[in-house]
Amino acid sequence: MTGSTAKTTGGFGLPSRHVWAVAKVVGTVLMTFLGLLLVTFLIGRVVPIDPVLSVVGERASQETYEQVRREMGLHLPLWEQFFRYVLQVLRGELGKSVLTAHTVVDDIIRVFPATLELATMATFLGVVIGVPMGVVAAVNQGRWPDQLVRLLGLFGYSMPVFWLGLMGLLLFYGILGIAAAPGRLSFHNLDVVESWSGVILLDAALQGEWEVFFDALHHLILPAAVLGYFSLAYISRMTRSFMLEQLRQEYVTTARVKGLSEARVIWRHALGNVMVPLITVIALSYANLLEGSVLTETVFAWPGLGLYLTNSLLAADMNAVLGATLVVGMIFIGINLLSDLLYRLFDPRAR
Amino acid sequence: MMKVSAALATVLLASTAVGAFAATPKDALVVAATIDDITSLDPAEIFEFSGGDVANNVYDTLLSIDPNALDKGYVPGVAESWSVSADGLTYVFKIRQNIKFHSGNPLTADDVVFSLARAVKLNKTPAFILNQFGLTKEAVDQRVRKTGPFEVTLTIDKPFAPSMVLNCMTATVTSVVDMKVAMANQKDGDFGYEWLKTHSAASGPYKLVNWKAADGYTLERADGSWQGNASLRRVIVRHVAETASQRLLLIKGDVDVARDLSPDDVAAVAKDANLKIQDDLKGRITYFSLNMKNPILAKPEVIEAMKHLVDYDGIRSTIVRGRAVVHQSFLPRTFLGAIDDAPYRLDVDKAKALLAKAGYPNGFNVTMDVRSAFPTTDLSQSIQSTFAKAGIKMEIIPGDGRQTLTKYRARTHDMYIGSWGPDYPDPHTNADTFARNPNNTDDAKLTGLLAWRNAYGIPEMTLRTDAAVQEKDSKKRAEMYGDIQRDHQRASPFVIMYQQLLQTGVRKNVTGFHTGGPVSSAYYWTAKKS
Repeated sequence: MTGSTAKTTGGFGLPSRHVWAVAKVVGTVLMTFLGLLLVTFLIGRVVPIDPVLSVVGERASQETYEQVRREMGLHLPLWEQFFRYVLQVLRGELGKSVLTAHTVVDDIIRVFPATLELATMATFLGVVIGVPMGVVAAVNQGRWPDQLVRLLGLFGYSMPVFWLGLMGLLLFYGILGIAAAPGRLSFHNLDVVESWSGVILLDAALQGEWEVFFDALHHLILPAAVLGYFSLAYISRMTRSFMLEQLRQEYVTTARVKGLSEARVIWRHALGNVMVPLITVIALSYANLLEGSVLTETVFAWPGLGLYLTNSLLAADMNAVLGATLVVGMIFIGINLLSDLLYRLFDPRAR
Repeated sequence: MMKVSAALATVLLASTAVGAFAATPKDALVVAATIDDITSLDPAEIFEFSGGDVANNVYDTLLSIDPNALDKGYVPGVAESWSVSADGLTYVFKIRQNIKFHSGNPLTADDVVFSLARAVKLNKTPAFILNQFGLTKEAVDQRVRKTGPFEVTLTIDKPFAPSMVLNCMTATVTSVVDMKVAMANQKDGDFGYEWLKTHSAASGPYKLVNWKAADGYTLERADGSWQGNASLRRVIVRHVAETASQRLLLIKGDVDVARDLSPDDVAAVAKDANLKIQDDLKGRITYFSLNMKNPILAKPEVIEAMKHLVDYDGIRSTIVRGRAVVHQSFLPRTFLGAIDDAPYRLDVDKAKALLAKAGYPNGFNVTMDVRSAFPTTDLSQSIQSTFAKAGIKMEIIPGDGRQTLTKYRARTHDMYIGSWGPDYPDPHTNADTFARNPNNTDDAKLTGLLAWRNAYGIPEMTLRTDAAVQEKDSKKRAEMYGDIQRDHQRASPFVIMYQQLLQTGVRKNVTGFHTGGPVSSAYYWTAKKS
């Protein structure tokens, strides 16, 4: 701070140090995005894949090839291509994807809700099951519940999610017949609900189409459980180690000496203090899932962001790659801000 | 990924599905397929397999192919009859008078002229099929004319064999587009191109409801097609990339047709009493080629030795199990002039002798660019091991398909392994690329021709290929292609190995679903359900 005090005010009647702080955050975010774009753009241009071929295919005549190359602006110098792209983004346009023939914005609006739905459900499962599991393991350190939780965690952590997905499908869909088929909806429910948010559960609930809602939920459970198992493994392990650290602290002994019930000591006092570092763990795991999980999406025919980003990257479909990267960047920044806010809520020192 | 799942599938082959059975709707055909190759649904641009399937059911082409008689070749389509002038340069097509577009507009000669001119002027990849007849951007308006409300006259620049011209008129690029609808959606003089990438303006048995890239598409019956009404009201095609998932969907009854099954999946499906496997010969052939810019590979003895260093039968029975037949010439079986000669088999001693004669008794080092996909990678590994028996140390350079293709088109590879599918049902489609190279210099950039990509300079064979495509007598034409193929088989730097066999899993209550054989795309509108 340059000599300003809390009493001097900036524009809009706000103290100038707040204005400065906001400006700093905005500036950092902008620089992050610019850097992100530049790096992604350069990577896209140095990979030995010819994006024109993605459009024209193997058979095109040289004339067609040149024509498309010009249409895509690839004949321009690199810096000019980048400059044009940034200008375009500033105008709020992300351009068209050559693979899908739609604008990148339309594509993201279509694929992101699928990923959001999957990632949110997976994280929800990971938290409601993973956190208690971690607590139980810590309290019973070294005894069988602990060993069981650690074994489950190890299994979830080391099994390829792709394999787990196929096995899950085979068992729960193929043999037992209790899970739904791959895909987001049954065929007779396709195009029944209007797409408002793209999150089918939400759209169906808002439009009162409960059959579609439960069908969507039925389809969501298995992929979410598979993905959720992975985050459950991570979250339970982290909860366990955070809890072990807390349970050794003097305040826990004090609380017990004071005669508080064991449940209150563990779930209220110790877990309360674990929440702060745990939020970071959960937020990061959620952000990772929001990037999309290519393998899960492949096995479950789930048209999400991960699959979209990967396909675009392999085709050097740069508008799509850059657009999706921006979204991923925004997710990370957004979730970081959110976990900062939650810190303040749970940690009195941060207020 | 497919390999992993194939292994898993084998482990669990014994497990039979006993869970709840979900039937697909009675009036819909539900298909699981890999369809992420669709990048546009404009018939002037469609060139990949899955897009061709959509066009084949949504659009009507100038001439057509009868799904129940694929071998017959071209039959009447939008044009109900035609005549060819004595000099072979003028074609007059009579347009069927009772066709209506999905919009309700009648289909007339104006639409046909518009559609052909549009395809040429947009100049997307398949435009070359029309370009070969002199239909260039500048000339197309003179060469394709309306000569009556239901009559179109086409004037070509060289006296091609009529069978060649008429075969080409069955290609997707000749699909008749509803001019009024396309022009109503025109932007910046694009003939409605941006709009037609994701919509349809057609007259076929089905209309496009929606297409979501790498997700799926839905078609709905359009009553009143001149070919008769489709039996099923809807066709739902869902993108399922994983073959094991496709198989599960089929076995559980959630789909009627699974189009990409691995050999293990096929084995499992074949055992199921409610399912059948449909085998269809397709036109795609698999080969590897040698770049003639590499002085070692350019030696005739080296070329011949390599043709003896492939375990054709071993690969067929272990890697491509049931999905290919051994085929060693450039025209797919069932094409006019195709030959069955397969003179090569694995013969290490003979190859060694040839290599010694070429001056490489201990072999040499070489690289092969390989697209990381099944079965290309597996094929290259087999070739690598048989090469090693003769002392040739082959390094595999793996890459994404577009990456290896970029290198191939720039002629910077040593060896390349790939496939080639015919673009239209005429022998010239493959002869043009394998046996024709009018200018072998780097500057010529004839990147569409495989002979050029491999720097295979063949002035004499080029002339013979050009003569064959103008031969009017079909029998003589077939003989000419036979001769060219035999010479090509002996001396060319192409080691042709297989022709594709398609194995489709279909529920037994579905009949009349055709994959289109070597010459066409899938027919949904002929499918029925009992």
